[in-house]
Amino acid sequence: MTTPRTIIEKIWDAHAVREETADAPAILYIDLHLVHEVTTPQAFAELRERNLPVRRPDRTLATLDHSTPTLPPNPDGSLPYDNAATAEQVATMERNCADFGITLHGFGSGQRGVVHVMGPELGATQPGMTIVCGDSHTATHGAFGALAFGIGTTEVGHVLATQCLLQQRPKTLAVTVNGTLPPNVGAKDLILHIIGRLGMDGGTGHVIEYRGEAIRALSMEGRMTLCNMSIEAGARAGLVAPDLATFDYLRGRPHAPQGAAFDAAVERWKTFTSDDGATFDRELIVDAADVAPTVTWGTNPGQVVAIDGIVPRADDALTQRALDYMQFHGDAPLLGEHVDVVFIGSCTNGRISDLREAAGVLRGRHVASHVRMLVVPGSDAVKRQAEAEGLHHIVRAAGAEWREPGCSMCIGMNGDRVAAGQLAVSTSNRNFEGRQGKGARTVLASPATAAAAAVAGVIADPRNYPPLPADTHEAAA
Amino acid sequence: MDAFTRFTSVAAVLPNENIDTDQIIPARFLTTTQRAGLGKFAFADWRYDADGRERAEFPLHRADLRGAGILLGGRNFGCGSSREHAPWALLDMGIRAVISTRIADIFRNNALKNGLLPIVVGEDEWQRLAAFEARELTIDLDTQRIELPDGGAIPFDIDGFARQCLLRGVDQLGYLLSEDAAISRFEQTHDALTRAA
Ligand code: SF4
Repeated sequence: MTTPRTIIEKIWDAHAVREETADAPAILYIDLHLVHEVTTPQAFAELRERNLPVRRPDRTLATLDHSTPTLPPNPDGSLPYDNAATAEQVATMERNCADFGITLHGFGSGQRGVVHVMGPELGATQPGMTIVCGDSHTATHGAFGALAFGIGTTEVGHVLATQCLLQQRPKTLAVTVNGTLPPNVGAKDLILHIIGRLGMDGGTGHVIEYRGEAIRALSMEGRMTLCNMSIEAGARAGLVAPDLATFDYLRGRPHAPQGAAFDAAVERWKTFTSDDGATFDRELIVDAADVAPTVTWGTNPGQVVAIDGIVPRADDALTQRALDYMQFHGDAPLLGEHVDVVFIGSCTNGRISDLREAAGVLRGRHVASHVRMLVVPGSDAVKRQAEAEGLHHIVRAAGAEWREPGCSMCIGMNGDRVAAGQLAVSTSNRNFEGRQGKGARTVLASPATAAAAAVAGVIADPRNYPPLPADTHEAAA
Repeated sequence: MDAFTRFTSVAAVLPNENIDTDQIIPARFLTTTQRAGLGKFAFADWRYDADGRERAEFPLHRADLRGAGILLGGRNFGCGSSREHAPWALLDMGIRAVISTRIADIFRNNALKNGLLPIVVGEDEWQRLAAFEARELTIDLDTQRIELPDGGAIPFDIDGFARQCLLRGVDQLGYLLSEDAAISRFEQTHDALTRAA
C-alpha cells in the first residue's frame, strides 16, 4: 500500500529533480513558463550578462499585456502608448523573444492576451503540470489541475536558464465547498466569500485544493476565476483536480496533444486527483448555500460583504483606515453608493463567459450618464468570439467603451486609470489603495454586479437586473 | 548580490498591517527595464503629496529615521503582487532587513534573492523591537540574532540554504546551473510524458 497523496503532492513528486535535503531546497522542474513584458527585462539582461541561453524556449510562451494600449492603433498604424517607458518595455520583450528564440504571441498574432487568459485558451495549460510566471495570479492555471504559481524576476531568470526553481514543499489546504450555489451567484462571489473566510493572509505558505460538489459544478471559466484569486488569501497557488470538464475544454486546442496522444494524455491526467484518505495540513468547509453576490468594501480582498449586507463597524484601526480611504461608513449598507467607473475585464473576469454575463445585464439597458464603463476582453480570441456574438454592439449601445485586449484598468499601467477619489466597481482582483490609479477606490465584484452598478449608477444588487425579454431589446435598440 | 553578515542600523516602524506591494512600489513605476533607481519611488503615495513634495507625516521622513536600514512592518508585509521591484525599491532606499510577524511568500522569496533579509518574529518580540524605534539594532545573520540596545537579543529562524547564500553573497542561479546533469537526466524521461508549448 502506498500512502495516499493529495494532487499537490503528486504533482510535486512528478517534478522533483532533487528532493529537499537539510542543506538545500528541492529542485522543481517547470513544464511551462509564461512570460510578459513587465517582470522579465531584468531577467533577460542577467542572461545576457552571463552569456546564458534560454534552456527550453519550447517550454516558454510570451505575450504582451500589462503595458499595452487598449485603444485601437493610430491612423498611421502605430500604437497609442501611454508613455515612452511602456513602449520601450514592449519593444524590449519583442527583442528578447527574437534573440532567445521564444514564441511571442504579440500584436498581429491573433493570439495575444492577458497571460492567464491566453495560456488556457491555447491549450498550453494542462493537468499535472508545473506552471510559473512572473505574476502573482498564475494560480489561474490551477483550474486545470496544474501546480501554478507566481515568481519574482530573479526566479524568472532561474527558469529561463535552467527550467528549474529552488523550492520548499508547500503546506496543503483543502477548501471544500459543499452543496449548490444559489441562482445568480457565481465563481467570483464564491472566491470573494472564501477569501473573506480565510482572511487575506490565511493561506500563506499553503497551496489550496478547491474541492466538493459546488466546485465540480463550476465551468472551466468559473474554476479559473476561482483559482485566480488564491493569492488574495495569501496562498501560493490554488487548484482543482481535473475531470471531464477539463478534458472537454482542452480537446482540440492548438497546444494540447492531438488524436491518440490526447487520449493517452487524458489517461495520465486522470491520475492527478487526491487519493481517498489523503490528508491536508488544514481544511476549510464552506456551504455553497451561504454564498450571496459578494463585493469588497475595504482596501484588501478579504474585506468582503454580501451585496445587500452591512459594512462592518470601525471597531479597529485597520477597519477605520479602510473605511476612511473608501469614504464608506461603518454599520451602513453599500447599496446606493455613488459609482464613477465600471471595469469589466482582467485575468479574473475577462473571459467570454464574463463578457456574456455583463452583456446580459446591459442588453436593452443604458449605462448611467455619469458612469464611465470599460469592457476589455481578456485576449484576441475572447474579443473575436464576443464580436461574433454581437456583444460589442450591446456594450456600445449601452454607452460603454469596447476596448482592445490587455490588463488595462486592473493595474493601470497602460494609462487606463481611475482618477483620485473616484469609485470603481471592478471585476479585477485587487482593491489595494491606489491599485487602479493613485487615490482610486475599488469595489471588487462579479461581471453581473459590476454591470448592474453601471446601469444603476450606484452600487446595486444584480438580482434586480435580470436579462430583459427579447422584445424589450428591440424597443431599446 | 551583496553579502549579508552583520548589519547595524536605525530601525523604523511602519505599523500598518498588510503593507502590500502596490504601496511599496505603485504599478506606474513598473515600466522600467532596470533594477536600479527605484528607491525614490518606494512608498511613493505615502511619501509625496499631489505636487510631489515630501509629506512630513510619513514616518521615514522623521529626522531620526532618515536613512533607517531596518524596517519593522505590520503583519502580512509584502502581500500582493510578485513584483521584485518591491525589494529592489526598498534596497535602493537603503533598507537591508524587514521584520514582521508575517511576511508574504513571494515577497520573502524575492527579498532573499536580492540580499534583503526578511525576518519573521512573534508578536511579543515585534513589540519589543518596536519600542526601540529610532535606535540602532544589529542583525547578525551568522548567529541568527537581533541584538538590542539594552544588551538583550532576539533569535530568529531562516531557511538554511538562503542563509548560506546570503552570508557568502552568492546567488542561487549558480547552484542550479551546477545541477545541469541532473536536470538533463530528469528531462529525458519527463519530456516523453509532457510536452509544453
Ligand atoms: S489582468 Fe491584472 S491581475 Fe491579471 S495579469 Fe493583468 S495586471 Fe495582473
